[in-house]
Amino acid sequence: MSHEKANSLESARARLAGTRGREFWRSLEELAGDPSFQEVLEREFPAGASEWGEGLDRRRFLQLAAASLAFAGLSACTRQPLESIVPYVRQPEEIVPGRPRLFATAMTLGGYASGLLVESHEGRPTKIEGNPEHPATQGATDVFAQALILGLYDPDRSQLVLEAGEISTWARFIARMSAALPALQANGGAGIRILTGTVTSPTLGEQIRALRTRFPKMGWVQYEPVSRDGARLGARLAFGVPVETRYDFAKADVVVSLDADFLVEGPASVRYARNFAANRRVRVGHERMIRLYAVESTPTATASLADHRLGVPPSEVPFLVWALAAEIGVTGVELPKALPEERARFIREAAADLQRNSGHGIVIPGDYAPAEVHVLAHAINERLGNVGTTVLRTDPVEVEPVDQVASLSTLVDDMRAGRVDLLAIVGENPVFDAPADLEFKEALLKVPLRLHLALEEDETSQYCHWHLPEAHPLEAWSDARAYDGTVTVMQPLIEPLYGGRSAHEFLSVFLDDPPRRGLEILREHWRLMAGREDFETLWRQSLHDGFVVGSVFGPRKFALRKPAAAEAVSAIRAAARDATAAAATAGGAPTDRFEIVFRPDPTIHDGRFANNGWLQELPKPLSKMTWDNAAYLAPAAARRLGVASGDLVAIEAGGRAIEAPAWILPGHPDGAVTVHFGYGRTACGRVGKGTGFDAYPLRSSAAMWSHPGGTIFKIPGRRDLACTQEHFAMEGRDLVRVGTIARFQKDPEFARKMEEAPGRDLNLYPGFNYEGHAWGVSIDLSVCTGCNACVVACVAENNIPVVGKDQVRRGREMHWLRVDRYYEGDSESPDAHMQPVMCMQCEQAPCEVVCPVGATSHSSEGLNDMVYNRCVGTRYCSNNCPYKVRRFNFLQYSDEKTPVLKLGRNPDVTVRSRGVMEKCTYCVQRINAARIAAEKEDRPIRDGEIKTACQQACPTQAIVFGDINDAQSRVARLKAEPANYGLMEHLNTRPRTTYLAKLRNPNPDLEPEKT
Amino acid sequence: MKDKPPLIAPGYTSATVTDKISAVVLRGTPRWWFAAFGAAFLLVMLFLFTLGHLFLKGVGIYGVNIPVGWGWDITNFVWWIGIGHAGTLISAILLLLRQEWRNSINRFAEAMTLFAVACAGVFPVVHLGRPWVMYWLFPYPSTMGVWPQFRSPLVWDVFAVSTYATISLLFWFVGLIPDLATLRDRSRNRFARIVYGMLAMGWRGSARHWHNYESAYLMLAGLATPLVVSVHSVVSFDFAVGIIPGWHSTIFPPYFVAGAIFSGFAMVLTLAIPLRALFGLEDFITDRHLQNMAKVMLATGLIVGYGYFIEIFMAWYGDNKYDMYMTVNRMLGPYAFQFWSLIACNVVVPQLLWIKRARRSPAFLFVIAIVVNIGMWLERYVIIVTSLHRDFLPSSWGMYSGTIWDYSTFIGTIGVFLALMFLFIRFLPMISIFEMRAILPEAKVEGGKE
Repeated sequence: MSHEKANSLESARARLAGTRGREFWRSLEELAGDPSFQEVLEREFPAGASEWGEGLDRRRFLQLAAASLAFAGLSACTRQPLESIVPYVRQPEEIVPGRPRLFATAMTLGGYASGLLVESHEGRPTKIEGNPEHPATQGATDVFAQALILGLYDPDRSQLVLEAGEISTWARFIARMSAALPALQANGGAGIRILTGTVTSPTLGEQIRALRTRFPKMGWVQYEPVSRDGARLGARLAFGVPVETRYDFAKADVVVSLDADFLVEGPASVRYARNFAANRRVRVGHERMIRLYAVESTPTATASLADHRLGVPPSEVPFLVWALAAEIGVTGVELPKALPEERARFIREAAADLQRNSGHGIVIPGDYAPAEVHVLAHAINERLGNVGTTVLRTDPVEVEPVDQVASLSTLVDDMRAGRVDLLAIVGENPVFDAPADLEFKEALLKVPLRLHLALEEDETSQYCHWHLPEAHPLEAWSDARAYDGTVTVMQPLIEPLYGGRSAHEFLSVFLDDPPRRGLEILREHWRLMAGREDFETLWRQSLHDGFVVGSVFGPRKFALRKPAAAEAVSAIRAAARDATAAAATAGGAPTDRFEIVFRPDPTIHDGRFANNGWLQELPKPLSKMTWDNAAYLAPAAARRLGVASGDLVAIEAGGRAIEAPAWILPGHPDGAVTVHFGYGRTACGRVGKGTGFDAYPLRSSAAMWSHPGGTIFKIPGRRDLACTQEHFAMEGRDLVRVGTIARFQKDPEFARKMEEAPGRDLNLYPGFNYEGHAWGVSIDLSVCTGCNACVVACVAENNIPVVGKDQVRRGREMHWLRVDRYYEGDSESPDAHMQPVMCMQCEQAPCEVVCPVGATSHSSEGLNDMVYNRCVGTRYCSNNCPYKVRRFNFLQYSDEKTPVLKLGRNPDVTVRSRGVMEKCTYCVQRINAARIAAEKEDRPIRDGEIKTACQQACPTQAIVFGDINDAQSRVARLKAEPANYGLMEHLNTRPRTTYLAKLRNPNPDLEPEKT
Repeated sequence: MKDKPPLIAPGYTSATVTDKISAVVLRGTPRWWFAAFGAAFLLVMLFLFTLGHLFLKGVGIYGVNIPVGWGWDITNFVWWIGIGHAGTLISAILLLLRQEWRNSINRFAEAMTLFAVACAGVFPVVHLGRPWVMYWLFPYPSTMGVWPQFRSPLVWDVFAVSTYATISLLFWFVGLIPDLATLRDRSRNRFARIVYGMLAMGWRGSARHWHNYESAYLMLAGLATPLVVSVHSVVSFDFAVGIIPGWHSTIFPPYFVAGAIFSGFAMVLTLAIPLRALFGLEDFITDRHLQNMAKVMLATGLIVGYGYFIEIFMAWYGDNKYDMYMTVNRMLGPYAFQFWSLIACNVVVPQLLWIKRARRSPAFLFVIAIVVNIGMWLERYVIIVTSLHRDFLPSSWGMYSGTIWDYSTFIGTIGVFLALMFLFIRFLPMISIFEMRAILPEAKVEGGKE
C-alpha cells in the first residue's frame, strides 16, 4: 500500500477517533465527502499505479486499449466484497430462511434476571421481547432490555485483550495467570481480591465458592453503584437475617410508596407494573381501582399514576414514615412532633386507608431509601397484616448479600495498606462509579496486578494491567435469579462478536486448567445441583422455557425483632440531630443550602449504557431531556437561585463540587436538588463520550442516595439541552382527559363529552369501506407510567435511527412513538400525565390529501401507508398532521456504513434513506407476517395474534392492538368503553388510535369530589 | 387626460424615442454595469455553492424541523411568485384596460416577472428531501402507471406556476419581436444583427404583420389575465387547504392575490427608480408613472391590511380556541417581533402614500417600496412559521429559525434575479420602443392606433 493511501486512511481513522456521539455520525458523512478519502474509496490501486508512463508508442497504446476494454466489465465489480454464496448442504430442519426464531434467555441488571425472548434472523439477534412465562417480565420488558440489542452490536465495545495498553491474547493472559497464581496461592490467596457486581447467579456463586476453597484467604467484594444497601440493611436490622421482600400488587387495594419508583425502576418493576395495572384499570362492570399514595423526594414516573402525591426533601421522608408507623400503631413508635398539617393529614388519611384495607395494603419503601425506612415499612406491613398476602418475605435472592459500600471500603483500605496483590474486577467500573470519598483510583494504583473484564474499555481499564473483553449477555452462557428467586437460564444467541468471554470463563482461568467454556461450567454446575438421572430433560426444558420451573422461592415467615421499630425511630432522630448540627457549623446562606438526591439515570442507568444511542436519545420520563443529565430543581428554588433551565450551577457537598446545568422540574420538592449519575463518562465509546456531567464526585460512602447539606449557586454559562418536549401545559385543550372514578361512575361518558365530534357523514371525498380488517389501537391512560419501554421497542423493531443531540435540539428526533407528558395544576406540585402518541392512522387523514405524489395512501384496512420509495420529501404531510407524529429524514440518519450495525436491523423493515418521511405503521410487518401465517393455515387472523412492538413491550398492557371490525376483539370492546375518546376528534380525522380516559381514585377524605 | 402630465416628456419623435431606448443596448457598456453585474454574479456563485452543499448533504442543512416543516424555503417561494404578479398585471390587465401609461414600464416588469418566477421555481425543488425526483410531481406517463396525487395543492401549484411561467415567457417574447427587429436593423455589429435577426423571426413591420401581431398580443393578454388571479390563489391553497390554525382560512386567495400585486408593484418601483436615473430615462418613466404605481400599492396595501384584520376578527368571532390561541401567539408569542414588523411594513408605512408629496418623491417611494418588499416577505414567514410552530398538541410545539444556508439560498436567488436583470437591460430594450412610439403625441395626431 502506498504511502498516500495509508496516510489518508490513517488520517481518516484519526479524525474519527477524536469524535463522539452525534459528531461521529456527522463525521462519517463529512469524511465520505472528503476528497482524499473519496479517492481512497474510489481507486482500486493506490495513487501512482494507474498513471500513464512517458513515451507511449502506438503498439503499447493499442495493447492497453484492448486490455482496458476487456477489463471494463470487470472493473465495475471491484468495489463488491468477495463473498461465496453457499447453500446448506444439509438444511437444518428448524431454520427457514426469512422466518425468525425465538430463544429464551435473560439479562441482568443489578444482578437480578429478567427473562427475555430474543428474535433471531438467521443467527442474528434483532429484537428482544419479554419471556411471557418468566415471572419477572411476563412478556413485557423495560427500556434496558429493549436496548440490549444495540449494545450487542456496539462497534465501540471492547474488542481486544490489552496488556498494559498493548494488544495481547487470551492465551497469553492465561499463561501469565497460571505463572502468577502459585505465588499467590502460597499464603492462601490472602492477596487476591475479586470485585464483582451483585451476584445472584448460582453458577458464579459456586465458582466463587470453589475459588475460596483454592484460595481460602481470598476476598470477594461486591459493589455496584446502584445497589439496594438500604433494603439489605433494613432487613438485617428488622429480622437479624437477610430477607428479600417482594410484593403482590394483584391482591392490593391501597399502596403507599415511600420514595419508591417501583413501577419503573428495580428488578421487579415490570412484573409489579403488570400487577398494579391489572388492579387499576377500570372497565364497565369492573369499577374498582387500586389507590396509590406516593411520598417522594424526587418526582418519579410512578407517581404520575399516584392518587395522592407528597413531595418532600429526602431528610423528611423518614419522618413521614415514622409518622405513618405511629398512625398505624406500630408498637414503640410515638408520633413525631411538629409535622406540618398538610403532611400530617396526608399521613393520617393514608394510614386510615391502609387500616381500612388491612391485609390488602402495601407499604413499599424505595430501594434507595435509608435502612430505617425499610425497618419501619416492615413493621407497618407486619402490623397491618399484609405479610403473607400482599407482602411476601423470602430468603435472599443474592448468593451472598453484603453491605456493598462497606465491602468496597474494606477493599480500598486493603489496597491502600498494600494487602492486595491481585485485583480482578469483573464487569464493573469502580474508577468511575465508586463513592468519591474512597478515592478508589489512588488505592487501585497500589495493587501490583490489576485485571479488568468489561464490555468496554472504560475508566477502570485505563488503570488496569490487563483489560479483557467481556462477552455480551447475548453472547454468553450464564444463569441468574429473578427477583423472586426463579433461576433463569441465559443462553447465547450468537458467537462472541469480538472474542469476549463471560465472567464464568474468566473465573475459570483461576480455577481450571485448562479454563473451561461457559456452557461446560454451567452444565456441570446444574448436573450436580439437579442430581437427577434425567438431567438432560431438565436442561432442555429449562433452556426452552428460559428458567427452571419451580425454582421460585416460597414465602417464609421471619420474626420481626421487637425493638427494631423503636431503634429505627431513634436512628432517624439521631440523623436529624446530626444534620442540624452540621448545618449550624457549615455556615453560608441557608437559601443556598440544598439536600442532594442521587439517582441512577432513567435511561443510561449507572453509566453502563452511556454508549447506547437508543438509550441516550430516549427522553427521560419526566423532563423529556435526551443526551444529558441536569440538576433538577423545584420552580421555587430556581426562582430563588435566579436560574433558568440550562443555566450552569455549581453544586457542592462534602468538600467536592461539580458543575451542572439546572433544570426546572415541576413537582420537585423545594430545598432539594436531584442529580442523576451515569453521565460524564470520560473513557467510553463515541456515542457516550462528552455527554452530560459526572455526578459521582458528590457521592460519598456515607451519603449514597442523598446528601443532607449541599449548596448550590449559579455560575456563569449555559449548557444547551436537547429536550423533545418543551411545552408541558395542555393550554386548556382536552388532550389527556382525566376524571375520578366517582365522576366516571356518575357519568361514564364524561371524557367523550369534553369535545364535540363531527358527524360521520361529514366528508368532501367519498369515504372508505373497510370490508376485511380494520386495525385500531386503544391506549389506557389510567395505567400508562410513561416508562418508555414502548418507545425503545419501536426503535428496535422499526430500525429507527439515532440522530444525535444536535439534531434533537433542532426538533428532528425520529421516534415514531413518543410519550407526551403534561402537567396540570400548580407548578410546585402538579399532576403529571403521560400519553403515548403514535400515528393515529386517521380514517380521514389530513396527511393523505396533501401529498403531491401519493406517497402516503390509505390501505384497505385503514392504515396510512408510507411508500418510502415514492416520497419526494415535501414535508407537507407533516405540516398538516395535527398530531405531528411524522418524522423526516432531514439528513442521512441511518448509519449505512458501519457493517456491524447492519446485523442488528430488522430485515422486515426498510431502512430509510435521507429525504423521506416516515412514521408509525402499526408494525405492518407484523400484520403481514400474521396474515401470511393465517392464510397458509386457511384460518382468519386470531385476535391477539398480532402484537405491535409497543404493545408487546408495555409492562402495564396499556396498549392494545386489534381488528375493530371484529366486535369481539379486545380492541373493539375497549373502544366501546364509555371512557374511550379520540384525540383532536373535532378535526374529523377519525383516529384509529384512541384513548381510555385517565381515571384516578383519590381518597374522598383528602380530595372531596368537586360538584 | 388633459389635467394630467403627459406620459412622455414633450419634444420626442418616433425617431428620437427609438434612438434613445435602443442606444442603451447598442452603445457601449457603462462601467457601472460591469461592477453591478459582477456583484450579482458573485451571488450567483454563492447560490450554486449552496445548492451543491444542499444536494450533497440533504435538506437538513436548512432550519426546518418537525413541527415547522417549511420555513425560509416556502417563504421565499411565495415571495418571489408574488413579486412576479405585478408584471402580468401591468402587461395584461392594464393592456386590456387600455391604460397607456403602462407602455413604458411593462417590458421590464414582464422581465421581472419572468426572473422572479425563475427564482421562485428554485424553492419548491430545493425544499424537497429528494430533489432528484422532483419530476414525480408532473403528470408524465410513467411506465409504472403512477400519477401525481391530484388532490394535493402542491400539484395544483405545479400546474399554476408552470402555466404562469410559460405564458409570461411567451408574452414577453412576443412583445419583444418588433423591438428585436429594430435592434437588428440598427445594430452595426454583424453578430448582434444575426442574433437579433433570428430572434425577430423575420419581422418586417408590414401592415399584415402588425395586424396579426396585435391580435396575438391581445389574445395572450386575455390568456394571462386570469393567471393574475389564479396563480396566487392556488399558492394560497397550499395553506388554506391545510388544517393548521392560521392556514385554514377561506380569505387566503383574495388576500394573497392582493398581497402579490402589492409586493409586485413594490418591486417594480424598486427597480424602476434606480434604472431610470441610471439611464436618464426620466422622460419615459415619468413621475406620473411612479405616482400611478404608488396608488396601486396603496390600494392593494389596504386590501392586505383588511385581510389581516379579518383574520384576527374571525379568530375571535369564530370562537375556536385553536385559532384564537394562534392569533394571540402570533401577536404576543415568540414571533411577535416579526408580526408587528410586518404590520408596520405593510399596513402602517404605506399609509404615507396618501400624501401627494410622498408619492411625488422618487427617493421616498423607493424607500417605501423596499419596506413593502420586506414586509411582504415577513408576512409569508409569519403565516408559515407561527402557524406551524404551535399547532394542536402542545407536546410537539417547537421553534424555528433559518440557518446560514437558508440565508445564502435566499441571497443567492436575489443574485440570480439581479444578474438576469442586468443581462436583460444590457442586451434587450428595457422599455418597449414600439409601444412608446404609440403614445407619442404624433401618433395621436395622425389618428394612429386606437
